[in-house]
Order: sequence, then structure tokens, then C-alpha cells
Amino acid sequence: MSEFKIVGKPIPRHDAWSKVTGDLKYADDFSLPGMLFSKVLRSKYPAAKIISVDTSKAEQLDGVRAVLTAKDVPHNETVTKFGQSTEVGKGFEGLYRVLADKKVRFMGEAVALVAAETEEIAEKALDLIEVKYEPLPGAFNPVEAMKPGAYLVGENDTNIIGEFGCHQGDIEKGFAQADIIIEDTYKAPFVDHAYLEPEAGISWIDDYGILNIRVSTQVIEHFRDVADVLGLPHNKVRYIGTMMGGGFGGKEDITVETYLALLTWKTKKPVRLVYTREESILCHSKRHPFVMKYKVGAKKDGKLIALDAELISDAGAYPYLSPWVILYATVNAAGPYCIPNVKVKSYCVLTNNTFTSANRGFGAPQPNFAYESIMDELSHRLNIDPLEIRRRNCLTTGKALATTGQVFKTYVALPEVAEKAWKALGEPAGCEDENRKIGRGLAIGLMSYGRMTFLHDSSRCYVRLESDGSVLIRSGIPDLGGGQISLLCQIVAEELGVPMSQVKIYHSDTALTPLAGTTTATRQTYMSGNATLKAAREVRNRILNKAAEILNVNQDKLDIINEKVLVNYDPAQYVPLIKVVKACNADGIELFCEAQFNAPSTIVPNLSNIRGMTFPDFTFGAQAVEVAVDTETGQVEILKLTTCYDVGKAINPFSVEGQMEGGSIYGMGYALTEEVIMEKGITMTPSFAEYIIPTAVDVPDVKAILVESGGGLGPYGAKGIGEPSCSIIAPAILNAIYDAIEVRIKSLPATPEKIIRDLKKDYFKK
Amino acid sequence: MEEQRIELTVNDEKITAVARAEESLLKFLRRNGFTEVKCGCEKGECGTCTVILNKKAVKSCIILALQANHKEVWTVKGMEKLELGIKLQESFVNHGAIQCGFCTPGMILTAKDYIEKNPIPDREEIKKAISGNLCRCTGYKKIVDAIYDVAVENQK
Repeated sequence: MSEFKIVGKPIPRHDAWSKVTGDLKYADDFSLPGMLFSKVLRSKYPAAKIISVDTSKAEQLDGVRAVLTAKDVPHNETVTKFGQSTEVGKGFEGLYRVLADKKVRFMGEAVALVAAETEEIAEKALDLIEVKYEPLPGAFNPVEAMKPGAYLVGENDTNIIGEFGCHQGDIEKGFAQADIIIEDTYKAPFVDHAYLEPEAGISWIDDYGILNIRVSTQVIEHFRDVADVLGLPHNKVRYIGTMMGGGFGGKEDITVETYLALLTWKTKKPVRLVYTREESILCHSKRHPFVMKYKVGAKKDGKLIALDAELISDAGAYPYLSPWVILYATVNAAGPYCIPNVKVKSYCVLTNNTFTSANRGFGAPQPNFAYESIMDELSHRLNIDPLEIRRRNCLTTGKALATTGQVFKTYVALPEVAEKAWKALGEPAGCEDENRKIGRGLAIGLMSYGRMTFLHDSSRCYVRLESDGSVLIRSGIPDLGGGQISLLCQIVAEELGVPMSQVKIYHSDTALTPLAGTTTATRQTYMSGNATLKAAREVRNRILNKAAEILNVNQDKLDIINEKVLVNYDPAQYVPLIKVVKACNADGIELFCEAQFNAPSTIVPNLSNIRGMTFPDFTFGAQAVEVAVDTETGQVEILKLTTCYDVGKAINPFSVEGQMEGGSIYGMGYALTEEVIMEKGITMTPSFAEYIIPTAVDVPDVKAILVESGGGLGPYGAKGIGEPSCSIIAPAILNAIYDAIEVRIKSLPATPEKIIRDLKKDYFKK
Repeated sequence: MEEQRIELTVNDEKITAVARAEESLLKFLRRNGFTEVKCGCEKGECGTCTVILNKKAVKSCIILALQANHKEVWTVKGMEKLELGIKLQESFVNHGAIQCGFCTPGMILTAKDYIEKNPIPDREEIKKAISGNLCRCTGYKKIVDAIYDVAVENQK
């Protein structure tokens, strides 16, 4: 095939116009006649027994149509699944409880549901539900909660719900040979996804008795879990995913759907539910806090010889994806480095804090913060340039990941991305002001794309060429704003030689579109991209086959460009695509195809020593930052930020740059300002005034440098970028702060208070 | 008084409807079908509910519907009727400045208000102007690029 016409071009996404005109409807923009409004009554305490729940007054309120508690839920307790079809065992599947029953485990846990004729009546009804609690002591620190005798959050005899590890070499021998050993503990906080669109959905029963749920979700496969809760066969529940106002992993678990389903099933009416911002911050999943104890040994030339890491994550009140996140962290714990002796031990622990689950990066950013801070510390103590020390240690093509031994058969763009990012900082900024110190920091990292291979992931896509030459795609793919559906349109437009305007996609419908799997794990470009490519190429093949007949030329000499099937060495010889389509239709040649793409499959690894392939592939990147630190206020200003990733192939450079720019800022918030502060399980930051995400005045102009090695497993050699793009920035910023003022912040975020406290620690000692 | 019939123009068209005393302009607009005005926090902290009220960009979640009585409101849907509105829409699309799109309606209106009142294009001033409109997806760079280009063109 000749050079790309549509793939690789920074073209506007096909959903861009509907967003900029306000025509696109998000989940809360739909309504149906007779629709009821629902509200959720949430626990007042992080840990308490429920002595009694009296809903009678609420039920009697005029306009209230249903009040439900745990006893009204057909199957109130099931097992969480995340779209995988294969059984992966108890280590990865945990209790999903719809409504609190005898005990509440976190403040914000759902206790009762109300559906009423107006939102105001539903709110009044909440106040009329009388719940008698008996507060319990609770556990709020995962390190304490691990100890024997700790308050038990759940119904098991331990709070530890996941214990993983891996090792290679001989860690004791390694440290004995080290010239320098650094031991430190790094901490990362609770963080919120802060998508601008709060959780929302609407449910109804259609004319065929099917329960429909229209919802902003990253995982439409949850229709199975909702069906199980209601005791319905799976083919009686239909999910229609909407275009999302952001997801970032926070809409990966079930949010509003079960509540909607229960209320619609009870009232037989359409029901709408949308969370307030406070409710969203309070009760949807958070990023895992981590306590990371690292001990790293190196030779005096900077070569790493031993790494010992203990990672403890706070799983919050319920398992959800906690075991998966800690597995990711375990595999990522030693970073993109060659280290002969490695030992990692990791735990995820229940507490009475808000439950933690997926957040962009999924357990990779936390260890990255720790190991890149240590690399920076090593570079300073050994007096080796930050870029050079990484050159001496980083993985290259053909080497193996230090934790699991997975060999990199695809191209490893190290130290290339680090060199480019570091160089792109340009000339250092000067500064006359003695209270403003300038510093530079570098960080590199890796993160997987594609789901863990023992989940046996697959994706499907259907492509059809219509009789008039326009194209229809059906894919279950949810779109959270990253350009997921536009990507598939671009691939099909390229392969079938039609303009983007000729391509229409139906998406995210469990009844009518082939399931494409979750929009998570940076997997859609790879999985759905490949499924779509496969389907489109099959249709393309049939067209070329027929055109070869018509033109009397060998099929391999043909191309489809701008709706013409032409001979590539003599474009004047062509047949219009539509003529070929008509000829195929007349001969009964099917111009449609549904294709499936399968990721490589492995078995569930030995969880105490995770070895071998756990992910299909990884994306490598580097970020470099120049900061100015105000030594009077502790304020950090980012002057320059460069980000360089090997994306394999940028199918839409706008989208890829968008992920890199947006990811840098998502991570910048993680580094400097974002923390969901919980005191004994009570969220102290339930609004955007208290939970600070970057605004336009806080950000530098990010410089995104794309490396396109073609070495990815996705279509046209593409790799995933959605999560890798935010997973490295935090240590780059904190290393720059150290360079500026020699203050090593070991717990995120690096707030002005922490910086001043450290800078002026002699003052504070008095 | 618990509710009152109010009269206002929205996107150059007159509407009359009943508004409750405590109802925000945001809720009033969404209830009357203007769902392009988004609700992100209802506390005036995120900017997704931005509309233009009597030639000023405001956060409609912290304005009462009654305050809009006899006034002129523009939402993003009305931008197709205005030259500067169309230019901003095109610029956002052509710069790839839209990802999830939830902040986009508010951003465009704030940008329009800013450009009309600030004829000299300045990237830092643009950033300040949109600092009340949060975006979680883009990192703001392409949004600032899109607004800046329209400001430059507008200056000519």
C-alpha cells in the first residue's frame, strides 16, 4: 500500500463538531416521559454497625415512588468482574456489595435508594430515612491495618487482600557488592479522577421488557454484573454507553448502573441518577495511596546492582481492582532498568477509607515516583549526570524486565526518549532574584499497554460498506474523550479509501455492537484498532478482488484512494469504488465483516514470584522539567516541560499529542497540588476549591516530542499512550525541585507547606 | 413568592417559562431543554456551566434564574449565529482542542467574551481569562492555541 492518506494525519476527530456546537448529549442530558429522579442515601460514618433502617416516613412522602435497602436487592452481594471472560481466581475477584447491610465500611457507602417525581422530593425523602448506627473504631492506615489484632474491615480474618512478589538473583549478595546503598520510604496519597462530567445515567424498560441502562461508563460489559444482581438473564439487560466527559479509570467500576436498574425494575418507570460533585469525590473510587520502602544498591560508576522494594497499598473499603493495581506496581517496581538482583514484596490492605481502584496509570506512577527519585539521589551522590546514569542502566531491545524477566522483543526506545526530552529543555533560564531558585529534573519510565495477558483479552469490530459507498462501523468501544471511536473511523477510512465524512460508527451498545472490551489499560488502540484493521482489510480484500477482475490487473497492483480503485503504477486506469460495490452486491459478495483480535494469552502467574510475560508490551517515555521555586513561599512554577514517548505510530497526531500534553498536566497535579485528604476516613476535600487540579494559569506550554519507531503491536506499529503519558511526570518535577533547592520531598504532593517546612527545618526545630 | 414566570432571550430567541425562586439559571436552562449548558460542580468552581448573560460570561450555577428575567443569554448552541462564535468553533476543531468535550461549551463562551473585550492577543492573558474553566483532558495547550489564533485573526 502506498503512503497513508488519513492515518498519521492530524485531522479533526469526527465527533469534534458535535462537541463544539453543544449538540452531543452526555449521560445527564437525556430524559424520558414519566422519568423519576433518584438519590442515594450514604453512610454518615466510615465504620459502623447498622442497627436499623426505617424507610416508612420516606415512603409516605408525596411523590416518592420507591425506597430500597439491602433487603430489596435480589443478589446484594456478588463478585466484581471487569469485563474479562476467563476465570482468574479469588486473588483478583472480590466482593461487590450493592447496598450496605449490617455494617458500613466507608463514609459515603450507599445505604438506601430513593426514586421520586422530582429531584427535590427525592432529596427530602433522604432526610426522612432513619438509620441507627453504632460507630466502630475502624482502620485507616494500611500499615497498621496489616498487623495482627487490627480492626477487621471486612468479614475475613485479615485485612490483607492481596500479597504478591517477585525476585531474581541474590539480593544479599547484591547489596554486599554495592559501593553505595540508598534506603528510603516514599509515599503517595489518595487522588481523585476529577473528570468534569459527574457520574450519570438513565434507565428504562423498553417495549420488549428489556432493562436498558444508558450510562457514562468505560466498561459496558458490566451489563452482566447488573443482570446477576437483579437475577435476570444477561440478554435481558442492555447497556448503552454514552460519549463520556472523562473517565480516567473512575468510571471503570459500576457507578450508578445497579442503583438505576433496581429502581427501574421496582417502579417500572424510567429513572435518572446523577451524582453531585461532592458525592463524586466522596464515594467513587480513588487512586491507591502507597507506602513504598526502597533499598537500592549501586556501584560507584552508577550501575545498579540490587533493588529491594516493599509496596503497601491502601485498598480502601472494598477490593474492586486493588489486587490488579498492586500486581501492576509489583511488575513496574524496578522500572525500565537492568538490575541483576531484585526482590519485590507487595500488599494491598483493606481500610475504612473510600475504596480505591483504577486511576490512569494503575499502579505504575507510584513506584515510578520512588525509583526515579532514588535514581536522582544516586546521580547527585555519585556526581553522575542524570541522563548519563540512566544511559548506564536502562533497558534496551532484547533485554529483560528486572522484576519479571519478560524479554523485550519489540524496540525499546531508551535512552533515546530521555536524550530527546532532556535536550529539548534548551538553554537554562537565568534568574536574578535570590529568592527564586531554578532547577531541572529528568525522569524515565515504562508502562504497559494492553491488559494483563492472563485475562485472555479480545476485541471485536464490524465493518460494512453500503451500496452507495458509505461505510458503517459497529463497535462496543466506549469513548472517554481520548478519541477512541474516531480512531476506528480513521483506520477504516484509510483501508477502504474513503473520506472520514463517509464513515459512520455505532458504538457502545451491548445489544447491537460487537463487544470490544473495556476502555481501560491503554488497550483500545491496540485491541480495537487491530480488530477494526482486520475487518476493514477483509472488506478491502474483497473489493480489490472484484476490481482486479473488472480492470483485468493483478490485485496486488491495486489501491483505493479517494473512492477510486486504481492501478498504482498507472492511476489513470481506475474504476470508481461505487461501481465495484455494485458489482459485488450483484454477485452476492459480502461487503461486511466482523473480526476478532486476540491478545497473547498466558496463565495466571505464581503470585508470590511473578515471572514471565504479564503484559503484551510496554511504552517507554521520558519527561524533563525546569522549575522555579520561591524560597519564601514554597511555590513551584513550572517554566518548561518536555515529554517524549515512543508511540510506535501516531495514527492521529492531534490525539497523541493531546494525551501527552494532557497526561503531563494530569501528572503535574499529582506532583504538586492534588490530595484527597481523609482524616479517620472522613473526606476533607469534597470540592474543587479544596481538591486542587491545575488550571490554565498553572501550566507551562508542554512540548510533546513523538518518537514513531513502528515497533508497537497495534495497527501500523502503534503503541498505547493514554496511561504511560501521565505516569512519569511526578518525579521529573520533584527531581527539579531538588536540583533547585536541595530539598528531597518524599511524599506527594510537593505542596508549598512541605517545601517550606524542609527548607526552613532549622527554624521549625526551635 | 415561590415561583415566577420569567421572560428572556436565549440565543436570540424569546422564551417565557416558570422559574422557582431558589432555582439557579443553570437548572432553569437545562430544565427548558438547553442541555448544552453543563453541570460539573454546581458551586461555581469548574466553569462548565458558563453562559453569556447581558454580554458578560458568568457561571450560571451561581446565578438565580430570576436574575435573568428580561435579559439576554447566549449558550454555545447560539455561537453558530455569530461570526466570532463560528470562528471559535472552527478553531477549536482544527487545533484538536477538544477531547472529552465537557469543558468545551464553557470554554468557548469565556473565550468569546475575552476576545471581544481584549483586542490585543496575549497568551498569558488568555490563560488568565480561562483559568475559571477547568479542563482535565487537554492540559490546556491546544485550547490556548485555538483561542490565540482567533484573537490574532480578530485583531486584523
